[in-house]
Amino acid sequence: MKTNLWLGDEAIAQAAIDAGISGVFAYPGTPSTEITEYIQQSAEAQERGIRARWSCNEKTAMEAALGMSFAGKRAVVCMKHVGLNVASDAFINSAITGANGGLVVVAADDPSMHSSQNEQDSRFYGSFAQIPFFEPSSQQEAYDIVLAAFDVSERHGVPILVRLTTRMAHSRADVVRRVDRPREQKPVKFPSDSRRFVLLPAIARRNYAELLGKTRNFEEESEHSAFNVLEEGGDHSVGIIACGIAANYVREVYGSKIPHPMFRLVQYPLPRRRLAKLMQACKAVIVFEDGYPLVEELLRGVGGAPCAVKGRLDGTLPRAGELDPHNVARALGLVSQPAVEAPPEIVPRPPMLCPGCPHANMFDYLREAIAGSPGARVFSDIGCYTLGALPPYEAINSCVDMGASITMAKGAAEAGVHPAIAVIGDSTFTHSGITGLLDVVEDRTAVTVIISDNLTTGMTGGQNSPATGRLEQICAGLGVEPTHLHIIEPLPSNHQSNVALLKRELEYKGPSVIISRRPCIQTGKRSG
Amino acid sequence: MTAQTSQDIIIAGVGGQGILTICAIIGGAALNHGLHVKQSEVHGMAVRGGAVVSHLRLSSGSIASDLIPLGAAHIILSMEPMEALRYLPYARRDAVLVTNRNPVRTVAAYPDEKLIEARLKEWPHHVLLDAEKMARQAGTVRAVNSVILGAASAFLMIPEADMRSYLERFFERKGRDVVDKNLAAFDMGRVMAK
Ligand SMILES: Cc1ncc(C[n+]2csc(CCOP(=O)(O)OP(=O)(O)O)c2C)c(N)n1
Ligand code: SF4
Repeated sequence: MKTNLWLGDEAIAQAAIDAGISGVFAYPGTPSTEITEYIQQSAEAQERGIRARWSCNEKTAMEAALGMSFAGKRAVVCMKHVGLNVASDAFINSAITGANGGLVVVAADDPSMHSSQNEQDSRFYGSFAQIPFFEPSSQQEAYDIVLAAFDVSERHGVPILVRLTTRMAHSRADVVRRVDRPREQKPVKFPSDSRRFVLLPAIARRNYAELLGKTRNFEEESEHSAFNVLEEGGDHSVGIIACGIAANYVREVYGSKIPHPMFRLVQYPLPRRRLAKLMQACKAVIVFEDGYPLVEELLRGVGGAPCAVKGRLDGTLPRAGELDPHNVARALGLVSQPAVEAPPEIVPRPPMLCPGCPHANMFDYLREAIAGSPGARVFSDIGCYTLGALPPYEAINSCVDMGASITMAKGAAEAGVHPAIAVIGDSTFTHSGITGLLDVVEDRTAVTVIISDNLTTGMTGGQNSPATGRLEQICAGLGVEPTHLHIIEPLPSNHQSNVALLKRELEYKGPSVIISRRPCIQTGKRSG
Repeated sequence: MTAQTSQDIIIAGVGGQGILTICAIIGGAALNHGLHVKQSEVHGMAVRGGAVVSHLRLSSGSIASDLIPLGAAHIILSMEPMEALRYLPYARRDAVLVTNRNPVRTVAAYPDEKLIEARLKEWPHHVLLDAEKMARQAGTVRAVNSVILGAASAFLMIPEADMRSYLERFFERKGRDVVDKNLAAFDMGRVMAK
């Protein structure tokens, strides 16, 4: 069979197509974006009419996927780790309604925060929802798991979570496709129990009892899962528990033969009996897991574990940051060091706004407009314009989570900060800025909102932005006064008039919105 | 040199310089040649003009880690001189360092270029190329990546013919003219590396 050089993301995308999905639902976010993009570009997916457009945010994506599952069809939802925070209400409750058509949620974590504001561990969401979840240890396994996960979802009637990390998502390896062509999509078939999805307390209590009853089966499946593998090794002074791709690093640092027994943990909930058996046979175990010490903490309990437990909590591994061959080797007592150091002259090269970026002009205006107001604070948001935090702009005072600019500016204004300015991108505005603006309008708070509209979702590679062509109508519809709703074009030639306009609006003691609109130059290049 | 059964390659540069194209061509050619491949890429924030690195691993056997261990890389391939030095901790002492010598100075305090060049020349086995000039001679400044690929091909465990034919296939869609210019750039790079 033909081998493919696929990213973990692409292996997952093809597996979802091959499993007969009828839709993918997602909002872009590194490192998950390429899953949906692969399906959007796949000829097979197009032929089969698989729906694949971007959703407004992760919550709308999750809910739409649940609707497709309700109708009996298979759906996959993809997001970055923090996206699961946004989708969490729907996600947690989807475990209570259960799934009808197979439902798989893919969350891509970013340990070491290559492109994120934290390194939260989505496995906790799997435990939280009390559903089975998987963390593949190779791209091939990612394919195999997702292909199987829809069956698992339908067999148990629950959604399944697949957790990835940046390394898995963004590394290519040879992957074999297991089927010649995608399975047929499912016909519409409603849940046999017509009240399942109505989470009134009485029904929810019954559903929840059912879910709790199933957790035994989930545990048994983990105990017998072919994905959870114990590799024997003679030296029992240490046992290795390797979660996801950690097993590859262990294999790497030992070369051909690993002297210790190694348990490869891929399927959860925790296979307690098998892990206990390993612990009883070893003097100590080292837990290698990307993200938070979830497994390590469980194995430690409150003491009284059958053997010593080492990992991130006792300093055997760094407490934060992703695993790599270096820290894994050190944890195993092996030598790992560079042959040479990098010369001292090298300076860091952080990312920056592209030359000619429209956000740059906007920041120029803003800096000038607030130069005489030491009390001014700029609450920004997440997107390319977050790079306005770095020199030469140093123009923003906050960046927390998507949509937080407008609402934080509101709270600060209510604390007496003036001018309180929000800077938000068009895609972030439709992701979760709209409701915040409605709060501002409703309370007539003195907040100046600058929507830096580059007509795309720039940071993640230029996906379409649902605000395009309707941004001013949305703001007007929310109740922003026409006299305080402006559109400017961020060009150097408009500098003076734009600064003057900004200054005027900063003085106004009520809600105002300035849409600064010029296309992202990268998007222009791509379509040009 | 003894016959290697595996090669670890660090590919470095600045976001937007086409690191992924270089990876895709070497990786694709390697796969066609029957090798196993693992290739760790950077997408996302750093791509906006930040330092970008790919780990590319080729082997006749299976490959464990997606990342290259420290001190293990056989080749450092870079689109930018300072970026070549940044990843030296990944290099074996006998690694080949192939780099474009045209700096991208979009950082606040780019170090003295002469110092950077001197550091590169301290490395025992180095190939420094004015890839921009060579690409222009080959017909288009856009063929910089092909110059670097050509130079790298002198050290890769993939036969030259396989590299050339994969390069050809990669640019086929863009027309014969583009293919020819990239092949010319490739050949110039290869000659310089010999
Ligand atoms: C909840 C959540 N989802 C997704 C992301 C990933 N993400 C960061 S910025 C961004 C796009 C922002 O687009 P826009 O606001 O239009 O700004 P631009 O990058 O185009 O300047 C996305 C999708 C995130 N950080 N958090
Ligand atoms: S990708 Fe577009 S929005 Fe982002 S920095 Fe570049 S020009 Fe600006």
